[in-house]
Amino acid sequence: MDPLHIAITIGVVILATVLDRFIPYILFPSGKPIPAYVQYLGRVLGPAVFGLLVIYCLRNVNLLAWPYGIPEAIALLIVWASYLWKRNMMVSMAAGTILYMVLVQTVFVA
Amino acid sequence: MTQRTHSRASRALQACFPFTIPVMAGYVFLGITYGILMTSSGMPVWLPPLTGALIYTGSMEFLLVQILASAFNPLSAFVTALMVGARHLFYGIAMLGRYRDTGRKKPYLIFSTTDETFAVNYSASIPADVDHGWFYLWVSALDQCYWVAGTAIGAVCGSMLTFNTKGLDFVMTTMFAVIFLNQWLTSTAEAKKHGIYGFLRSHAAECIGLLGSLACLLVFGPDNFIVPSMITILVLLTALRGPIERNLPVVEKQPAPERQD
Repeated sequence: MDPLHIAITIGVVILATVLDRFIPYILFPSGKPIPAYVQYLGRVLGPAVFGLLVIYCLRNVNLLAWPYGIPEAIALLIVWASYLWKRNMMVSMAAGTILYMVLVQTVFVA
Repeated sequence: MTQRTHSRASRALQACFPFTIPVMAGYVFLGITYGILMTSSGMPVWLPPLTGALIYTGSMEFLLVQILASAFNPLSAFVTALMVGARHLFYGIAMLGRYRDTGRKKPYLIFSTTDETFAVNYSASIPADVDHGWFYLWVSALDQCYWVAGTAIGAVCGSMLTFNTKGLDFVMTTMFAVIFLNQWLTSTAEAKKHGIYGFLRSHAAECIGLLGSLACLLVFGPDNFIVPSMITILVLLTALRGPIERNLPVVEKQPAPERQD
């Protein structure tokens, strides 16, 4: 692509992401009451979308080939167990991430 | 800036900074990766930070590297970006109430919504003496700075990095996993009152999100499952609205997670 085509492509990508972000607020502006159904969605989409995000982060894990998602499983178990124990988000995230890095760099080297 | 605004702003900055540290780790690292990818595919050094600031959707930016390397097709790029960013529609609906009274900060808060900024602003229990609008604003601005800084570092000196960062991007997975568990624990308190069916109903939203996405991942594959997942989640939440809504706490306010320190 030449510079003009690159600029146009980047421009439409920016436009599309801005649209995605603003549409809910344009449909339901601050001044007007939010319909009951949308209020309901606002309360349940949060919990549901975090389930989606967990799956999204793990989407490229292959359970059928080495290392069978074992490092991810171990690290997530530690994250959840430590959170149930200490209820400290930072500690759990640091423990899980460091453990995962050690696992994929030393034990489960592809 | 008046003295009072100034003290409210700085109080909120102090309160929110710890919440953004995990995002800093993830964003700087992923930003560096993006900066390296962009410049190594022949793009100028200033393009990663510029697109990082203006598009500011990590997943879309990584796709952009591939799109810019293929034939010119703006319509396809537009539709792809619309689909990849579609989950922001959910974030918007979930944040309607929280961002409602943020006044002049609102347009920027909406523009700077990402998976991670949404996660922090949605789940943080903001101390009572901290201004919510300023808290949201600082989280959004700090996160965006981390991302743009990362892309710039990657673009300028990515090739000099020797530290083995393999696996560092898992920090994002751990963040979503903790918040998911926290959501689960919040609804468990409600579930205990209603027996086994109450348990299922109380966790319906989490189960629908997790299992619906998992099913769509298996059917549609890792590159095309987001939009089918969103449709599945929307259909199931709508179909089960009656039983789910009966188990939601009556108060308008959404359940706040445990205090994170």
